[in-house]
Amino acid sequence: MLDFLQRTGKKGLLSVASLGRAGLFLVRSLTGVPGWKGVPLFIKQLHSIGVLSLVIIIVSGLFIGMVLGLQGYNILVDYGSEQAIGQMIALTLVRELGPVVTALLFAGRAGSALTAEIGLMKATEQLSSLEMMGVDPLKQIVAPRLAAGFVAMPLLAMIFSVVGVWGGMMVGVDWLGVYEGSFWGNMQSAVDFQEDVLNGVVKSVVFGVVCTWIAVFQGYDSVPTSEGISAATTKTVVYSSLAVLGLDFILTAVMFGDF
Amino acid sequence: MRLRTMEISVGLFIMAGIAALFLLALEVSGLSLRPTEKTYKLYAEFNDVGGLRVRGKVSLAGVTIGRVSNIYLDGRSIKAVVEMDIDANVDYLSKDSIAVVSTAGLLGEKYINVSIGGDEDALEPGDFFDSTQSALNLEKLISDFATSKL
Repeated sequence: MLDFLQRTGKKGLLSVASLGRAGLFLVRSLTGVPGWKGVPLFIKQLHSIGVLSLVIIIVSGLFIGMVLGLQGYNILVDYGSEQAIGQMIALTLVRELGPVVTALLFAGRAGSALTAEIGLMKATEQLSSLEMMGVDPLKQIVAPRLAAGFVAMPLLAMIFSVVGVWGGMMVGVDWLGVYEGSFWGNMQSAVDFQEDVLNGVVKSVVFGVVCTWIAVFQGYDSVPTSEGISAATTKTVVYSSLAVLGLDFILTAVMFGDF
Repeated sequence: MRLRTMEISVGLFIMAGIAALFLLALEVSGLSLRPTEKTYKLYAEFNDVGGLRVRGKVSLAGVTIGRVSNIYLDGRSIKAVVEMDIDANVDYLSKDSIAVVSTAGLLGEKYINVSIGGDEDALEPGDFFDSTQSALNLEKLISDFATSKL
């Protein structure tokens, strides 16, 4: 019994300590932004985090939009209001699925890569040799990756939403024969730019910060062995997904809830 | 060379993201870049606008000719006043036109349907519709029917 209490307490202290390390880590790498000299590093990271994630984002967005079109049509046609499919697809994508699914894919595609990369750098002592040379690894390695993640995630989420709406239109209008005018008309009268689109962008910014932060910190904080890196990669994906889903509920309640 | 292609692809990526934001703004949410200079305002008083929303459609013969820009309560007449932005090209709505709050489909959105009259003079910007017809309130209809007022 006492043993159990002791173990729980130790675990709790450990997780609080790691949360504290994560916070310090974020502050220290953000305050040490390298300025103009860091731009090439930033572009390189934006390429590997953003551009290389485009394919998976576009393909998933297309299919999710098409599925929304099919399912929405089948449900709405019973009530004779299949024209409402446009607003259903657009609102679902812009408010929820765009930011959330993009963040989940982002955590799997880019987050795990970030963790593994930084973890391996730590294991092969590249980080400590940088420090030995008088280069701060937080500035040189971590800050460009964080910034690239913050920028890439909202862009990816918007591309996801647009491709999804297009996929939904392809199924709804071209295939199932919903009248195109009422598809767009219903959509445009239901979707509000500030209320829906901008709130979706805010969501994706928050998710981008959280996912990149978790990924980079897990890599930086990993145990420098092969098991340690594998455990850190797993943790990245699990923690990011849980954080995204939990935060999504809170953000939705704050943005769209009536209270 | 390798760096150059990378820079170009990143540039294209950022442009695609910004283009996506513009598409979301213009196509999906129907935000208009052009200001409201090409529309004029008309007003209509209703006893009941039940369910009509701002940005709802105003249509004539099934064609959208404008949008509802504001709905408020007039304190003196205790009626709902609907402010509409009508396309400037549509300047031939006769003075005795009727504005009706209608429903698209059984459960669809509420919109304003304009039926044109026979008057020679057209409605001027800022005018009120003379006659209006309020939203069909199903519950009221049923309760009237139940208490055999009909």
